[in-house]
Amino acid sequence: MMSPALNKDFNNAPKQIGVDPLKFTTWLFIVSICMMFGAFTSAYIVRQSEGNWQQFDYPQGLLYNTIFIVLSSVTMQWAYIAAKKDNLKALKAALFITFALGIAFLLGQWGVWSELVQNKIFFGGATANPSGSFMYVLTGVHGFHLITGLVFLIIVLLLAFKFKVHAKSLLRIEMCTTYWHFLTALWLYLYLFLIAYK
Amino acid sequence: MANPNITIHPEVHAEHAHHEHDEHHDQHWLWKYIFSQDHKVIAKQFLFLGIFWAFIGGALSSLFRIQLGWPEATFAWLEPVLGTWVEGGKLNPDFYLALVTMHGTIMVFFVLTAGLSGTFSNFLIPLQIGARDMASGFMNMLSFWFFFIASAIMFYSLFLQNGPAAAGWTIYPPLSALPQAMPGSGAGMTLWLVSMALFIVSQLLGGVNYITTVINMRTKGMSMTKMPLTIWSFFLTAILGLLSFPVLFSCALLLIFDRSFGTSFYLSDIYVAGEALTNVGGSPILFQHLFWFLGHPEVYIVILPAMGIVSEVLATNARKPIFGYRAMIGSLLGITVLAFVVWAHHMFVSGMNPFLGSVFMFLTLIIAVPSAVKVFNWLGTIWRGNLVFTTPMLFAIGFVSLFISGGLTGILLGNSAVDIQLHNTYFVVAHFHLVMGSAAFFGMFCGVYHWFPKMFGRMMDEKLGYIHFWLTFIGVYLVFLPMHYVGIAGFPRRYYAFTAFDAFSQFGDLNMYISLAAILAFLGQFIFLFNFVYSIFRGRRSPLNPWHSNTLEWTTPVNPGHGNWPGEIPTVYRWPYDYSKPGAAEDYIPQHIPFSQTTSSNLPNEKELE
Repeated sequence: MMSPALNKDFNNAPKQIGVDPLKFTTWLFIVSICMMFGAFTSAYIVRQSEGNWQQFDYPQGLLYNTIFIVLSSVTMQWAYIAAKKDNLKALKAALFITFALGIAFLLGQWGVWSELVQNKIFFGGATANPSGSFMYVLTGVHGFHLITGLVFLIIVLLLAFKFKVHAKSLLRIEMCTTYWHFLTALWLYLYLFLIAYK
Repeated sequence: MANPNITIHPEVHAEHAHHEHDEHHDQHWLWKYIFSQDHKVIAKQFLFLGIFWAFIGGALSSLFRIQLGWPEATFAWLEPVLGTWVEGGKLNPDFYLALVTMHGTIMVFFVLTAGLSGTFSNFLIPLQIGARDMASGFMNMLSFWFFFIASAIMFYSLFLQNGPAAAGWTIYPPLSALPQAMPGSGAGMTLWLVSMALFIVSQLLGGVNYITTVINMRTKGMSMTKMPLTIWSFFLTAILGLLSFPVLFSCALLLIFDRSFGTSFYLSDIYVAGEALTNVGGSPILFQHLFWFLGHPEVYIVILPAMGIVSEVLATNARKPIFGYRAMIGSLLGITVLAFVVWAHHMFVSGMNPFLGSVFMFLTLIIAVPSAVKVFNWLGTIWRGNLVFTTPMLFAIGFVSLFISGGLTGILLGNSAVDIQLHNTYFVVAHFHLVMGSAAFFGMFCGVYHWFPKMFGRMMDEKLGYIHFWLTFIGVYLVFLPMHYVGIAGFPRRYYAFTAFDAFSQFGDLNMYISLAAILAFLGQFIFLFNFVYSIFRGRRSPLNPWHSNTLEWTTPVNPGHGNWPGEIPTVYRWPYDYSKPGAAEDYIPQHIPFSQTTSSNLPNEKELE
């Protein structure tokens, strides 16, 4: 008879490379998100080179948000290290701070959008130029992915409270850390890209 | 991704194993057949939905072929089906455009992408690499249900008052971006975009699973160079999808913003009914670049799985090792890489820098090399083989034939100068219907006939299979060979009728002939449908290994349960193509037979493995 728990322990099948399938899956999703933003930023460059491109000043908030998200990556790494050392108190604190910094980043991005609207840089409508629209698309789609990161973070946080994240159960926090660092790196890329291709 | 419900405490599952035993047997039918996480059930779900869509897509093509073949005829007899789309006995021209658009969309995405990859990647990857299931059964289930919702939305859009999307399956803006441009660019286009966005999510969930499973979950001994070519092709198809579908998503997202949020990514300086639109600064060429960056890999997403299936079936039924196994892998890899650097050959007449055109022409023509390698290897495989003409074998040979005849015209079309004359004519239609449309369908039929015994534990009827093959094979050539002439004569695609042009009047009969052949070939598919449904319930019971094949799926029970192998997963010792090996007792040696059991047939370099 076949083992009834097969659909749960198929992970134990022999592995050819030393990576957990789910961790590998995380990386593949990251690749697909990279392709998406690759498409956006190349569209940006192609469109910009065709002329009729309105220049505008970026709100100062972008820099503060960048600092927030970089700090959140630092605390996320701290949480991971704490989990590895079974320091559950520090783990929860670090996850909380990461979450708070993530929220601060999103609110800050919202602030950037309001400032852009005040400066008459609109997403759509009669006076909108693709340069402004691209700004909203890049920040918006990144923001959407950050929200998925926050959801992931909440899940890990809840698990941490149930004592399910510790030195012998690191898979989920590892995946969460990978994803969160990726979101930070993605933002840094977008930020530098926006400055370079103003 | 956010719900990793997988083994964190393997020891806990081991304890639970016996205690869960009884529950598993009485699994509720809803979880067993509908929201199943078993890759085999999900594969069948993809297959059934794919077949459903294939018949819808085929029926749509019959409708517009009736219009093209008999432009003077009246359609009053179709009024009960089409309702107001028939006005005064004539087919509504807007509806005609919707028909060709939906035919393309359905066939390319829903049948030949989801139906083909969804069915065979899901079914064969775990079975042929020796895994219990996919890396994440849950994500796999989500993949099907996203496809199902996408399907439901697309199907619903067929019944909208203003019709479904009608801007062609390539949905070029500004036609697709402006609701006032045509009736099909209203709600139909919105639903098309929503449906495709969900479809892309489904493809990504599936593709991520296929790649992870192939890389991480192969059984002992199953090195990358011992994998059947089917697995190689599914693996590379999934990589193509993973890299190109997100780009289509970006492309569609910007179009959604243009349509519904007043942005101008693709729109600029447009006058509708004498009135200037406010959109400035957009670029429709940008859309074409983004679209074809997916659109071109997409044709390989369609054809690669068929190539893999055909390689496997040809070797099995020729009772010969595949010719040039490594060259086959190499050419698959070559096609995969080249797929990403040829997209602009769809845009030779879109106003591209001629130098860039030459670069893309050069890269495009290079694809002939790996394609030719594959063709010669297939021919080398059947050359002087001990051919067994089973139905799947006939479809596999048919595939090679169609791939050659369709591929040759690709060399013509790849030239940017020749393309000026041929662009958007029926020559293009004939080319891609042979090389990727019909060929991929033949690959799909080949796969269904070959793995039907593994899917349903019964055999499909051979005689009906032969009739189906010959009707389809002859039908396809009768439709698409003459279509080349129509194309060279200059008939543009997507025209409602050609009666207004004197130059085309002499080809009226030819169009009627094509239509007749197309409708007959479509009707022939009902033989397949009957055979398929009948055999599921009443087919002859299948033996364990009906085709005497070497791959691992035939070592499972006739009707494998969840987990595939009742005992341990077999270990793999050899490549999957040890057919007719000199000195062997039988003309096939399955992959799980160690060399120590086949001392009489081992080659000198295999002696040390005994």
